[in-house]
Amino acid sequence: MALDQSFTGRVYPPTSTYEVSREKIREFADALGDTNPLYRDPEAAKAAGYPDVIAPPTFLTIINLASINAIVSDPELGLDYSRMVHGDQRFTYTRPVHAGDVLSLTTHIDNIMARAGNDFINLRAEISGADGGLIATTNAQLVVRGEDA
Amino acid sequence: MSTFTVGEELTPLTIDVTRDQLVRYAGASLDFNPIHWNEAFAKEVGLPDVIAHGMLTMALGARLVTDWLGDPGRLVDYFARFTRPVVVPNQGAATIEFTGKVAVVNDDGTARVDITAKFEGKAVLGKAQAVVRT
Repeated sequence: MALDQSFTGRVYPPTSTYEVSREKIREFADALGDTNPLYRDPEAAKAAGYPDVIAPPTFLTIINLASINAIVSDPELGLDYSRMVHGDQRFTYTRPVHAGDVLSLTTHIDNIMARAGNDFINLRAEISGADGGLIATTNAQLVVRGEDA
Repeated sequence: MSTFTVGEELTPLTIDVTRDQLVRYAGASLDFNPIHWNEAFAKEVGLPDVIAHGMLTMALGARLVTDWLGDPGRLVDYFARFTRPVVVPNQGAATIEFTGKVAVVNDDGTARVDITAKFEGKAVLGKAQAVVRT
């Protein structure tokens, strides 16, 4: 089933905030087996010029994925979740995320298209801090495989 | 480092991804899709076995770059396409080999690092690129 193209251009404002903790950053770094001290040691992070430990580059997947799942589960969009795969992902940073950041995420549906029997949906999320300044932008392309693909 | 040099190769990174790591990553990233930990479910939806999170492979590709940079905050843009699943067996591990090199140095001093991630000799990330600054 084709996706409802009228969803293109929709904007999903923040529904909550996400407070970044030292513990969650350490847990994420542990899962990657990454011992970089800037993820773990507040003093090392301060010496490098950051207010607190910083998060690995893909850490924002935590809130990005939650937002994607909320959007694609809207029955009116007509997306078959069981046929959906993650096509690509981008993270663009104004500055690194650090412990203590209180993040808000606004998600946009940039494009919906059908090609070769598959549906493609492009989502963009703008992630800002407590002061409203942009910290990062994420872009994801999701692919919904057609019945015959 | 003060400047980047086109052609500079990053120290390769080899990661043995195990089921244990998939469960840890699921918890850390809050991605609980059962194709990443439930063998029966994965097979039911047509996969050969449990597969690694694409985002885990992408995160490990970033580690290749941040290990080289030292300060992960100097990675300012990162893109990857998910081209092929990494199948993780119940026993043992799926070995992913990451390599990277500086492909372009821009006028503003930033550089583009091209990353490859191979599993069983085949690329699992497409067009994986990081932009880094000094």
